[in-house]
Amino acid sequence: MSYEGWILLTGSLVGISCGIVGCFLILRKMAMLADAISHTVLLGIVGAYLISNSLEGIYMLIGAAIVGILTAFFVQLLHSSGVQSDAAIGVVFTSLFAVGVILLSLFAGKVHLDTDHALMGEITFIPWDILEINGINLGPKAVWMLGAVLVFNLIIIFLFYKEIKISSFDPDMAVALGIPVLLIHYLLMGMLSLTTVASFDGVGAILVVAMLIVPGATAYLLTDKLSVMLIISAIVGVLSAFAGYFIATIFNVSISGSMAVAAGVIFAITFVFSPTHGLLSRWLARKRLQNKSA
Amino acid sequence: MNPVTVENVTVAYHRKPVLQEVSFSVPEGKLIGIIGPNGAGKSTLIKAILGLVPRASGDVYIYGKPYKQQRKLVGYVPQRGSVDWDFPTNALDVVLMGRYGHIGWFKRPSKKDVEFALSCLEKVGMKEYANRQISQLSGGQQQRVFLARALAQDATVYFMDEPFVGVDAATEKAIISLLNELKAQGKTVLVVHHDLQTVKEYFDWVLLLNMRKIAIGPTEETFTMENLQKTYGGRLTFLNQQHAIINQQ
Ligand SMILES: Nc1ncnc2c1ncn2[C@@H]1O[C@H](COP(=O)(O)OP(=O)(O)OP(=O)(O)O)[C@@H](O)[C@H]1O
Ligand SMILES: [Mg+2]
Repeated sequence: MSYEGWILLTGSLVGISCGIVGCFLILRKMAMLADAISHTVLLGIVGAYLISNSLEGIYMLIGAAIVGILTAFFVQLLHSSGVQSDAAIGVVFTSLFAVGVILLSLFAGKVHLDTDHALMGEITFIPWDILEINGINLGPKAVWMLGAVLVFNLIIIFLFYKEIKISSFDPDMAVALGIPVLLIHYLLMGMLSLTTVASFDGVGAILVVAMLIVPGATAYLLTDKLSVMLIISAIVGVLSAFAGYFIATIFNVSISGSMAVAAGVIFAITFVFSPTHGLLSRWLARKRLQNKSA
Repeated sequence: MNPVTVENVTVAYHRKPVLQEVSFSVPEGKLIGIIGPNGAGKSTLIKAILGLVPRASGDVYIYGKPYKQQRKLVGYVPQRGSVDWDFPTNALDVVLMGRYGHIGWFKRPSKKDVEFALSCLEKVGMKEYANRQISQLSGGQQQRVFLARALAQDATVYFMDEPFVGVDAATEKAIISLLNELKAQGKTVLVVHHDLQTVKEYFDWVLLLNMRKIAIGPTEETFTMENLQKTYGGRLTFLNQQHAIINQQ
């Protein structure tokens, strides 16, 4: 596949995985947690490196998954002991991220990661970091990692669809029915952490947060059905990746940054023009009502 | 055997006690009103029975066994404000959630489940709204969807938290006759209720609650001025007005 093809595929995989996971974050009013986890996984990545002394993807995934779930756990702990949930997220997020940054700067000489890279990412290099087995070129490592995470996410959602749905809509009822709501919560947090870290190295934290929140928020404005919302958000994720890539080549700017901008533009257009929830349709509906009463 | 037995249940939120040593049992096949002022702990009592809030102490039995072993026997109608009605789902989907306890892991609702859910919507007069997005239902219609979901649970004991809030008089009567139907099938229904005027008309038994159990028993004997005074404390002007109503009946 061409260089361009690999970049578009990477961006699309990020868009699909993040878009789908992001829907649940939005419905559970936990969009802030996306921001938090996308930063605290830095600690997981650095920690994994310090322990394993390797930059292999699998160690990064494990480290990030652990820290991601720890983030969710600490937030839950603070919240259940009476701290407002946004404050709880803020406290946990900043402290774990700070520890990550400190460790990173302490051992900076040894680690090739740097904070700029972590925040902005460098999707441009992805096609050159190849997975090779027995001398056979199997394509970029990042694509394999993202692909595996996407398959994992889809399997989890498929298996636990109704449990995830009811514990997002009505957690009390879910508990009463005997559904392990807390377990489902941590399962989602695990998905979020894996998705974040798989996307993180290639595209950077900013695009990860954008892709986690914007496609889901866009889809929310376009449908009244959960399954359709998941599909739309995946499509918006892919559209953002493609549009972002072409913006970047035209203006010769950061690819990840452009993908995030493209997602934002798609959201803005939807926000105004959505046939059901858009500003314009609501304005027209009000106008019609006024005319009727006049 | 008693459908519901509550023994010495105490619940506290952040150390502030909300229910103190509440004990009671209810008989089978009755409509039971749970009455008390705002903040009396009525919702908390139901949540404590269903294991939704932790109990500081005490035990709960459904037909003699802990709730965890009897989930399928119990149906629940939460207060309407407890969920986000902007969630992307329709009325039928919400009612189907009542079936989840019966469906089991890894399975989707079957055709039978869907048919049953539709019949529950029909019972509350909401069948034509099955595919309506839930945010586009009126408050009373949302309340009826919740009721249909509890019916879909196909339970033996029902707990309903203020099912009449926001419904019009005609619907309230319809719901009451539905509850009487459940009663006729030998089911037990506990209902948190605010309108003192209709207590005598609707309920066989009442539980008067204000942090503690004030009284429980057949409505005739229990729903008295004296007990109400104890339950509602100093709200005399309000009570006097109710007194007149009670005497009228
Ligand atoms: N999650 C919570 N955290 C802290 N305190 C709570 C919580 N839920 C309820 N309370 C407090 O517990 C007390 C009992 O609340 P509960 O909701 O059980 O009352 P209620 O009888 O159902 O009132 P209402 O008629 O208004 O529904 C109230 O003082 C309330 O402020
Ligand atoms: Mg209440």
